[in-house]
Amino acid sequence: MLPEKFQYWFARRGWCPHPHQLELLAQADTPATLLVAPTGGGKTLAGFLPTLIDLDRAPHDGMHTLYVSPLKALAADIKRNLQSPAEELNLNIRIEDRTGDTKQSARQRQRHDPPQILLTTPESLTLLLSYEDAPRIFAGLKRVVVDEIHALAESKRGDQLMLCLSRLQALRPSLTRVGLSATVENPARLAQYLAPNPQAARIVHADPGPMPDIQLLETAHPPPWAGSGGRHAAPEVMQAIREANTTLVFINTRALAELFFRALWDVNTEDLPIGIHHGSLAREARSKVEAAMVGGTLRAVVCTGSLDLGIDWGNVDLVIQVGAPKNVKRLVQRIGRANHRYNTPSRALLVPANRFEVVECRAALDAVFAKDLDADPDRNGPLDVLCQHILITACSAPFDADTLYRQVKTAGPYADLPRANFDRCLEFCATGGYALRAYDRWQRLMQRDGLWSLRDPRSGRAIRMNIGTIVEVETLAVRTRGRGAPLGEVEEAFAATLTPGDTFLIGGQTVRYEGLREMTVEVSKAAGKKPMIAVFSGVKMATSLELSNRVIAMLSDPVHWGNLPGHTQDWLELQRHISALPQPGRLLAETFWRADRAYLALYTFAGRNANQTLGLLVTRRMEEAGLNPTGFVATDYALLIWGLTRVTEPAPLLDPRNLRAGLDLWLSENAVMKRTFRSAAVIAGLIERNLPGKRKTGRQATFSSDILYDTLRKYDPDHLMMQITRAEAARGLVDYGRIEAMLDRIQGRIDLVEAPHVTPIAAPVLLELGKVPIRGRAQETALAEAAADLMAEAGLTDVQHQTIKQKS
Amino acid sequence: MIAESGSFLFCIAMTVTQFVLSGATLTARPSGALWWAEASILCVADLHLGKSERMARLGGSLLPPYETQETLARLQAEIDALQPRSVISLGDSFDDSTAAQHVDDAALRHLGALMSGRRWLWIAGNHDPDLPDIGGSHMEEVSRGPLTFRHIARPRSNAGEVSGHYHPKTRVATRAGTLSRPCFVHDDTRLILPAFGAYTGGLNCTASPLASLFSDNARCILTGKTTSTVPLITRASA
Repeated sequence: MLPEKFQYWFARRGWCPHPHQLELLAQADTPATLLVAPTGGGKTLAGFLPTLIDLDRAPHDGMHTLYVSPLKALAADIKRNLQSPAEELNLNIRIEDRTGDTKQSARQRQRHDPPQILLTTPESLTLLLSYEDAPRIFAGLKRVVVDEIHALAESKRGDQLMLCLSRLQALRPSLTRVGLSATVENPARLAQYLAPNPQAARIVHADPGPMPDIQLLETAHPPPWAGSGGRHAAPEVMQAIREANTTLVFINTRALAELFFRALWDVNTEDLPIGIHHGSLAREARSKVEAAMVGGTLRAVVCTGSLDLGIDWGNVDLVIQVGAPKNVKRLVQRIGRANHRYNTPSRALLVPANRFEVVECRAALDAVFAKDLDADPDRNGPLDVLCQHILITACSAPFDADTLYRQVKTAGPYADLPRANFDRCLEFCATGGYALRAYDRWQRLMQRDGLWSLRDPRSGRAIRMNIGTIVEVETLAVRTRGRGAPLGEVEEAFAATLTPGDTFLIGGQTVRYEGLREMTVEVSKAAGKKPMIAVFSGVKMATSLELSNRVIAMLSDPVHWGNLPGHTQDWLELQRHISALPQPGRLLAETFWRADRAYLALYTFAGRNANQTLGLLVTRRMEEAGLNPTGFVATDYALLIWGLTRVTEPAPLLDPRNLRAGLDLWLSENAVMKRTFRSAAVIAGLIERNLPGKRKTGRQATFSSDILYDTLRKYDPDHLMMQITRAEAARGLVDYGRIEAMLDRIQGRIDLVEAPHVTPIAAPVLLELGKVPIRGRAQETALAEAAADLMAEAGLTDVQHQTIKQKS
Repeated sequence: MIAESGSFLFCIAMTVTQFVLSGATLTARPSGALWWAEASILCVADLHLGKSERMARLGGSLLPPYETQETLARLQAEIDALQPRSVISLGDSFDDSTAAQHVDDAALRHLGALMSGRRWLWIAGNHDPDLPDIGGSHMEEVSRGPLTFRHIARPRSNAGEVSGHYHPKTRVATRAGTLSRPCFVHDDTRLILPAFGAYTGGLNCTASPLASLFSDNARCILTGKTTSTVPLITRASA
């Protein structure tokens, strides 16, 4: 099976091919194969071995194998890892990566003279397919390898990639697909996602390897009640780094990574080389850390999800997770980063950042050992991604609608797409799809001789600029003043809160805000200054429901506290003393004042999505009852609502008979829907994403997507974009049935505690991300108060300025 | 106590804000329109009619083509409530001069109905310097009593200038979170109106060049369900 030359190569390296590598080779001609293997199982080599053997057998002109990964860094890493076998085997081939970071000159050359192996991301592949010469670029293509497909399949990026593969398959009917996946709950469904419908993919399982060695890190100082920084643990984490060769420290958000990195430096008395890596850092800064990692000159890297996936840092022997892992599957994958020798267990430490997280981490560990992985929810291919695909197809060449529909249905996520939905997407792309007025004169796509094409070929440029399905929060670049090096980026909303002289953390250093110049945040170094907290955030992750259930079981009864550290047992004892412990089958409600806000906490343990929906419903009841809610935040365990008035009777707010009335109207007015709409509208090409640098500084020209949402809701409520938004929000706002089930379970057994102040288990919820504002009467009341205060403070309470009430 | 209806109406009386500019008593309306009762003049700025059509014409995205209808409906509501003898549209009434030619028949009829029986002045803006004849008079700027109406504020203008162009907005931190609203900005010599059109963004009024046009005692009158007044320069930003 394995050619002699390759056997010799394995032997010389002291390796023996894994059974799954040979099995993949034996099945090299199968149209689609899914390999499920733990990290460190030689997945990448398994994926590329058939390519290397084929290229050794006969020279190949043009592109032979296309490799797609969710991360730019991964594409660059695989290039380095493939280069050495290719050289040692004397293969005369080119291996190149192509991502958003690739230089313009290299991109041009790759289009004219593609390398035998091209390593890229879904977005860069989409862009390549949008060019008129796409058929020529992919002329010789035989294989496509999709890495980390389990991660892609959870997102719109994966859906877009599968649409791209349907297009590639049409260009190259004999194309074979290989998907590489970490251990997942349901491999059969992932295989269906990958395979060209209606065919199925063959599944190859590798040996899952030994159980990992994971422990909770013991710290001298107990973790705080609230907060998620984990800084109390810096000395112990530093000690663990000293004792290991190379350590990866994972933290859930970018801002927390910055703060923890700084805390580590404060205790890094030997000045060990430690780096930081996250998505807000400038490309130069990220590449430097990646190169140092590969070169083995770093002892540790503090990172977020940007290093989460499959990067082969061979010498990593310890993984530290700061903060509770929000998802057991992700925890297992992260732990897989440590120790890439296949037969030795991975070593990992969990660092809970607050007392509540001690309980969560303990529950997550139990789940890992019970091999209780999270299942992914079912999802169909979203229509906003299809709209973008139609526009991109039109950019490359005129197309026939019937042919494109058949092609789209071969993509796994779109296998069940009804023709009517496809036609609505096409109409949206062509005329806008509006019910009352049509853009007959200024259509975007026109049908000529039966084929659809761009009315104005120049619009292709704008469509290409808009490629991709990740809708980021708008960000601004940060530079040191006087054309200094780029340091990274911060969210625009964060930049707007800065006044000159403010200090914040970026790239592990404290900088002082100097001003905004041409949409760039200019800063100067402010070493030694205490930073204002960096509030730019990473991705908000939801804890899985499986984990939530384990957490309430552990909390509810002191007999389950045996495995928890003493400080956490004390903390729970305090909760029981001030308030009560949440119990399955009952609902614990707490009210308390904090600063000038009245809080209501409901411990439902229903999961974040259900709590988010419940939050919208309960605040609506409160609005009607004159309780002046101003916002809420949902976590997996609790719903925390705040407002101007303290709630004394929670039962009527949670009465199932009242909750349902007017549900649809309320849902359509809330901030969650507007957020969802914005992202769908950007992906479908209704609004253009703001590109850094390209953005107009004539600010009045841009207006908020909320205005479009309100206009459509008023004049065209059944428009495709509104339907997409509702469908999408329904996924995030779990169906009403789950809430009813929860209410049914508690049967009105609500325990209200009027707490003297914030309680132990409410404290971590206060600091959660993802607060939802309620735009009701309380806003007007609060605005009037604030306006009066400001005028008085400025001494502008003059008589000629008067407010007159009129009947509206 | 809890109403059974699905919709909840705000039973707050609408408030407006009255102030004096160069001796003229003016009213800032929650809609963003300006009412000068004594002269029976209603003034609105930056309608940007036909914006979605212009974007489509230039090969951009196909926005919901309802903003002209929506803006005219808002204007209708103000005219119905106040019955002005004159209406002044302070420039950038159309998103460009071509947009004015392409306005559909329904919108033209609606506009005609609004104009009939009153004086209507189109002030030229940077977006629409040459309007086609759609009724009303066309002027670069106009003076009435102590006030001068023009599109863009002049740094060294005489007292009593009323203009638009900048689409001012401001943010206020409140107990219910930070609220951002389009606003009027004025001091003792000049007034800048918020944009009245449906598809219009805003410029934070503490940014230059807007802020530098005003003296230290300038105020912002926020639009919304009611009006509310805050100083342009607060202690926090000073």
